[in-house]
Amino acid sequence: MPTDSIHRAVDAIWRIESPKLIASLTRMVRDIGLAEELAQDALVAALENWPDAGMPDNPAAWLMATAKRRAIDQMRRQQLQQRKHEQLGHDLVAEQEEGHADIADALDDDIGDDLLRLVFTSCHPVLSREARVALTLRVLGGLATDEIARAFLVPEATIAQRIVRAKKTLAAADVPFEVPRGPELAERLAAVLEVIYLVFNEGYSATAGDDWMRPALCEDALRLGRVLQGLMPEQAEVHGLVALMEIQASRSRARIGPNGEPILLLEQNRTLWDRLAIQRGLAALARADKLGGALGPYALQAAIAACHARARVADETDWARIASLYAVLAGVTPSPVVELNRAVAVAMASGPAEGLAIVDALAGESLLQNYHLLPSVRGDFLAKLGRHAEARGEFERAASLTRNERERAMLLSRAAACAADA
Amino acid sequence: MRVMVMVRATEASERGDPPSAALLAAMGRFNEELAKAGILLAADGLRPSSAGARVRFSGKARTVVDGPFAEAKELVAGFWLWQVRSLDEAIEWVRRCPNPFEQGESEIEIRPLFEAEDFAPDADAGGART
Repeated sequence: MPTDSIHRAVDAIWRIESPKLIASLTRMVRDIGLAEELAQDALVAALENWPDAGMPDNPAAWLMATAKRRAIDQMRRQQLQQRKHEQLGHDLVAEQEEGHADIADALDDDIGDDLLRLVFTSCHPVLSREARVALTLRVLGGLATDEIARAFLVPEATIAQRIVRAKKTLAAADVPFEVPRGPELAERLAAVLEVIYLVFNEGYSATAGDDWMRPALCEDALRLGRVLQGLMPEQAEVHGLVALMEIQASRSRARIGPNGEPILLLEQNRTLWDRLAIQRGLAALARADKLGGALGPYALQAAIAACHARARVADETDWARIASLYAVLAGVTPSPVVELNRAVAVAMASGPAEGLAIVDALAGESLLQNYHLLPSVRGDFLAKLGRHAEARGEFERAASLTRNERERAMLLSRAAACAADA
Repeated sequence: MRVMVMVRATEASERGDPPSAALLAAMGRFNEELAKAGILLAADGLRPSSAGARVRFSGKARTVVDGPFAEAKELVAGFWLWQVRSLDEAIEWVRRCPNPFEQGESEIEIRPLFEAEDFAPDADAGGART
């Protein structure tokens, strides 16, 4: 095989194998940073070795064996160093044999358990949200630093530093490499799901700059979600989150117009929706329900998304059900944003005046002070009620608040339409 | 990106020979790996072409032709739909697939699907990965 194809193959193998390599190595050396270095050393060894020796039959096993050998060497060196420092008079040989037994046990343990430990460690609450996202994409998504930087529209050095600091923080806090148990699990799992959904949303709706969607991040989030489904099949909210992401992602092709402008849900051409993604989403939602998780926040949002997915045309949407699901969601996770969404559903089910009443009750919410969707939704209700002058003011205000340029253009055009109707 | 991965038919698959228990088990393990990696979107096997039909178009005319069809190698016996990061990743996964016809010769073809960004006017703007 020519060197270039070997390099491409090694790159692909790295993407597939690096999370498993880093997970296994972290359990051995108890340090994500060191584990990543060891994994990368193995990758370099492959790049040096394979062009001459040819690709091994099982490149994944080759990488894992090489990386583990280096980890064992590293551990031996550390042990020796420690002994020298401590001047211990123990029988070195006997202890080393004991050490080997531990290592052999470590090698046999299920890789899935290690991956799950890595998930919980890189989403540990001792880290900032941004650090969790960057570290998760790096060690579990197999993304390079520059790829994460490009996806999040920040300089590469920022992401590199974020990852370095995250690893240091984990080491300094002596975060154990384990899956939390008991009552802690639910809370920690929520943090993991949050990271995955943050990645998804970053891809689904860019918060800065002018491109509406960076679909690769959505795919990375979905992939992580599906991996987690396999690792924790008994956790209803994992299925709920995957259901939500699949159904939202099913609309990717329908939500951008020919000039790159956003197309709102109800105006989308539903024949462009990805039916297979919807089916996977509905199946995941059914699993969440079956596990008794229908009232989980992600499952509820997925159930709402499913109402849209099931309607063949926008007019068939079951708005009454959506409004009641939002009411349940507001009870589970009270938030003015949920209330705003409920207002939209209520307006669709019972008319814009009813929706406006809910929105007006949100007027003083400090959380929504700079949230462009509040004036955007209020403007929509006002326009439907024929109060065009007020609606125009709301759309203009919304336009001044959004950071997405395409959305701003859409809001300004609605404001202009109101001005014409006023 | 999504890819369709197609297993080409062989004379054996066209005869409808059932796969051996060993192959079924190996394929099961492979599919499990795909699912665990989060890339498996859909998968199915197709009946031999003798169970199918073709509709031939010629201008405005349509002619129905019943199977089987000649040239087994140009027929599809089964497919997967995967979500991967690159064609190279798909190639690596296919390398790991057990030979669908065990000792015999067979071929698996990988074809990327068109994606939403292929239709966007500014597909190259804003750092979308390909």
